[in-house]
Amino acid sequence: MPLPSMRGMNDYLIETHGLTKRYGHRLAVDDVELRVNRGEVYGFLGPNGAGKTTTLRMLLGLVRPTSGTALVLDAPPGDPGALARLGMLVETPAFYPYLSGRDNLRVMARYLGVLDAGVSCALDAVDLGTRGADKFAGYSLGMKQRLGVAAALLGEPELLILDEPTNGLDPAGMADMRALIRSLAGNGHTILLSSHMLGEVQQICDRVGVISNGRLVAEGTVAQLRGEGHLMVTADPWDRARGVAEQLFGPERVRVVAESLRLDAAPEDAARINRELVTAGIDVTELRWAERDLEEVFFEMTGGTTSHDINLQGVAQ
Amino acid sequence: MIAAVTAPTRIAPRHRLNFAISLGASLRAELLKLGKRPATWLIAAVWLLLNLGFGYVFPYLTYRGTPTGPHAEQSVPAEQILAEILPSGLAVTAIQGVPLFAGALALIFGVLVTGGEYGWLTVKTVLAQRPGRLALLGGKFAALAIALLAIMTVTFALNAVASALIASVESRPLNWPSGLELAQGFGAGLLIVGMWCALGALAGIALRGTPLGIGLGLVWMLVVENLIRSFAALLGPVDALQKLLPGTNSGALVAALAPPTSTGAEGTPGITDVVSGQHALIVVAVYLVSAVIAACLLFRHRDVV
Repeated sequence: MPLPSMRGMNDYLIETHGLTKRYGHRLAVDDVELRVNRGEVYGFLGPNGAGKTTTLRMLLGLVRPTSGTALVLDAPPGDPGALARLGMLVETPAFYPYLSGRDNLRVMARYLGVLDAGVSCALDAVDLGTRGADKFAGYSLGMKQRLGVAAALLGEPELLILDEPTNGLDPAGMADMRALIRSLAGNGHTILLSSHMLGEVQQICDRVGVISNGRLVAEGTVAQLRGEGHLMVTADPWDRARGVAEQLFGPERVRVVAESLRLDAAPEDAARINRELVTAGIDVTELRWAERDLEEVFFEMTGGTTSHDINLQGVAQ
Repeated sequence: MIAAVTAPTRIAPRHRLNFAISLGASLRAELLKLGKRPATWLIAAVWLLLNLGFGYVFPYLTYRGTPTGPHAEQSVPAEQILAEILPSGLAVTAIQGVPLFAGALALIFGVLVTGGEYGWLTVKTVLAQRPGRLALLGGKFAALAIALLAIMTVTFALNAVASALIASVESRPLNWPSGLELAQGFGAGLLIVGMWCALGALAGIALRGTPLGIGLGLVWMLVVENLIRSFAALLGPVDALQKLLPGTNSGALVAALAPPTSTGAEGTPGITDVVSGQHALIVVAVYLVSAVIAACLLFRHRDVV
């Protein structure tokens, strides 16, 4: 372990180096370099089967890496001291069906070595205070998910690792969960959140890591990943409009998407392209400045081959 | 900084203290779960019911009534039956069911406690709490030991009451076994159920669940071992094999404590005298320790997926 005096030399709560997991011939996670800064909400984005859950399990010490290293809260994964300072929700929340929600949290509090008093606070934080005496087996999926978050909050952890926290929730439940995550981040928690929902990540994450086929293909803020915007032009006939645009900006700066033109140009170029198209007798039906959303960035990075796995809910919101 | 992370070459006192704290935390959590789990109480109730039924009620009815079954003429003398259910026979009578039904129930108990975590997927939830893997499993074994100790204590207490009742109804003197005899009987019983429970816990971890662990465990205990023992008289290698089996040695450990005149050695299912008590004690203890070590190694090193 690092010496106490080395703590705080960097502000990464999670840092991986060449993290790799191989199952037989299949590379589930391939050389992942992940860094999560203190105080941020980090979105770990990827389609189903991309390696998100395996990576999170390695960070929790549930699965041993084939190669590479990871530091979680300055300790190797699974270190009891570090585990005491983190809360987690991995996939579907798993608790004892014969115990009430409150007793399930009491069990977790004992494992953590914290007082039972924290149990009531955690139940209240997720609006389960009045249903705490009911058996876990009778909970709805949304209540189970909220109990999972309550368990993650026990012991006031600095770091929360949440694997698909809105999985299986109805729209209202998803909105509540996202609001809860933002409020936790506002209270100083650092959150690593995996999701296959682009809109979700775009809404609540400060930084995003995109994983595809086990590899971390991009990492940055949402704004960085989206990059520059473009001028979007819809004109009739579109193929003549394309010729005019290519003369003005060069072919490499003109792309055609669904019979619309996307021009790598500045917003102030709008008047010029409009004038040239009209002069050429081309009808301009739409001309606007557009920024890319995460969906497009994601499909570009992953080659678009896995688009069917991605849930686009919320992107249009 | 990452490269600087190396395994400690020896366990520092602080780590030992942390381990002890984690072990205690795990034990407290496990006791809460066991206490609130209906299966715990069901197993204990069935155990005590079978123990009283086969240990005292049926023998007493046999003593009081005239045996009428098809083999009534081969039955043991009534006075001998009574001797075993009077207070003087407590140390052996209380554990004569241990190699068979109590052992089977202990095996089921062990599988439920470890395998249940896989069936409900709670193994991931608890491993992400504070205790490390060894402390977590250590807490489970400690809680199982406490539960078995409690059940055995209640077994002896109930059996003492039953034998005292019989003695007073039959106007016989209350001659209790010596402290040493009681301690030997209690210790042997606890060791045997501990062994089956540890083997069950190992099966629950190895098979990552309860159904297969319970099924295979009971088939082994109640079918396979009996079949092996039935061939042991005919085949030398099978005879050598049966002397190493957990079931044979459980039965032999109880048989070694029974007085020579007792019906125990021949009459009670699961009780056998093919090996000496000392041999049985060593083999049962080796099985117990090996099962705990194997469970720890497996649980510590295997991925949780």
